[in-house]
Amino acid sequence: MENKYTGKTFIVEILAILLGLLFLVPFYYVISNSLKPFAEILTNTSALPKVFQFENYVNAFEKLNYLKVFSNSLIITVASNVVLVVFCSMAAYMLVRTKKKISNIIFMMFVAAMIIPFQSIMIPLIKTAGTFGLLNSIWGLVIMYLGFGSGMTIFLYHGFIKGIPKELEEAAIIDGCSRFGVFWRIVFPLLKPITVTIVILNSLWIWNDFLLPSLVLQNPELRTVPLATFFFFGQYTKQWDLALAALILGIIPLLIFFFSMQRHIIKGITSGSIK
Amino acid sequence: MNSQTKATNLQGGALQKNTNVSKPVSMASKKKWKDAGLFTLFVGPVLLAFTIIVLIPFFTGIYYAFTDWNGVTGNINWVGFDNFKYLFTEDKQFQASFLLTAKYTVVAIILTNVIGFALAILVTQMLKTRNILRTVFFMPNLIGGLLLGFIWQFIFVKGFASIGQITGIPLFEMAWLGDAKTAFWGIVIVSVWQGAGYIMIIYIAALQNVPQEIVEAARIDGANRWQILRHITIPMVAPAVTICLFLTTASSFKIFDANLSLTNGGPFKSTEMLALNIYTEAFVNNRYGIGEAKALIFFIVVAAITVIQVMYTKKKEVES
Repeated sequence: MENKYTGKTFIVEILAILLGLLFLVPFYYVISNSLKPFAEILTNTSALPKVFQFENYVNAFEKLNYLKVFSNSLIITVASNVVLVVFCSMAAYMLVRTKKKISNIIFMMFVAAMIIPFQSIMIPLIKTAGTFGLLNSIWGLVIMYLGFGSGMTIFLYHGFIKGIPKELEEAAIIDGCSRFGVFWRIVFPLLKPITVTIVILNSLWIWNDFLLPSLVLQNPELRTVPLATFFFFGQYTKQWDLALAALILGIIPLLIFFFSMQRHIIKGITSGSIK
Repeated sequence: MNSQTKATNLQGGALQKNTNVSKPVSMASKKKWKDAGLFTLFVGPVLLAFTIIVLIPFFTGIYYAFTDWNGVTGNINWVGFDNFKYLFTEDKQFQASFLLTAKYTVVAIILTNVIGFALAILVTQMLKTRNILRTVFFMPNLIGGLLLGFIWQFIFVKGFASIGQITGIPLFEMAWLGDAKTAFWGIVIVSVWQGAGYIMIIYIAALQNVPQEIVEAARIDGANRWQILRHITIPMVAPAVTICLFLTTASSFKIFDANLSLTNGGPFKSTEMLALNIYTEAFVNNRYGIGEAKALIFFIVVAAITVIQVMYTKKKEVES
């Protein structure tokens, strides 16, 4: 078989590792420079820091109001995921199980809307959102994520629920369980694999999203991590010591999320894209 | 308001259909009512959010594209096709952005897919470090375009200058973001660095589905590595290629975050892609009507790409 580790494989391995290091170079630059005083960044950009000092982080942490923006991002991401999972799984279940024309029409509408790029509706959205009082509020933003994420989330749930046999539910209904109870006690637990995929895809999207929160959240107290980073960069242009530390602070939560759920993330992306 | 009527219509619609078939037995009619109520309860909330957030803005947006709305005053006048006429005859910046976005999309699709595929081949070899390498190649993809753009801003401005100083290679001594040509390639580098790992994951899944027996048989028949790649592997992963091509097309065409944070369209608007151009028109110049006309054109292009994709994939599915 080909599974032997030959000299040729060794050369390929060395090349692959070099390529991997090349991919990491930007991270090296940002991390090592975030630990240097400003003057050293300018004179010695490529070298490792002479002394590792975390002052930049302390400064950036304060100036970013990091705890606040981090918890804003966290609340928005968690709340949006909860409403997306709850309402979209319910809707998808009902649309699959109600064999009527109206179900098809509604489902097709959700799927068709996935085509619409955000930039093409952002201008009227702000007006409509204003009418409904959704601007400048975290909960307004969460409702917007429910609206924008519903297409893909319902689509993925719909495909998954179609593969679940109906017999289980029928048995439960005979036993006197309500439709509501059937869904939450019997169907929803079966959806766990696709729910994990959905939560991962939506979390990465919502956590990293910049444009929508920048249009909706005007109040500095409500800023999310990407928003705060953006304004920080604008305010401290060319103050690389602070800016780089702020960048790393923005990346750390993503890395923690990734390394704690790596396997699920890779699987989620594969199954999410193929559908 | 619309959404409310929508929900009741929906309920009524479901009911109407039911009453047509059901006999006027009170038990049965009660059940229909209950079903319609349940349907509304399950589907209603998300449909309501969807209507307010997506449907209403989408349709009012089409209307605004034909007006002179400035976003501030309530004065909105119908101007017919004037906005579109302006875009195609006078707005040179829009035309330049459109062409630039098209050019960028083509370049980004090719590079992201070629590099993503090469990485996938590399990390499906019998390497000891393949798992860690997959992680490394994928990692940039986690980070949003905005932060990535800032990271690379530092690399292009300070990192490259420093490498240039040490090595004396002229490529690194240039001011990459200060020149239209190199700034364009800067955006390409960032998006390929971000996107290749994502595409790699999809290609890995496809490569793992290539039956090893066929590869083995070809090897016994004397095929070399290149012939196996060309005549077995690539045809076997063709469906994944289609998926990846369209994924990268849609995402490249819609680029905004990295564009904003890396170059902000500069120098002198020379790297302003379409999405950023729409954003500036509406929220910086306060010309909402014209911005919305651009947004409508943008939508039509994206929709066309997606529809072609779906038709193509469906056709492939039928064939295979």
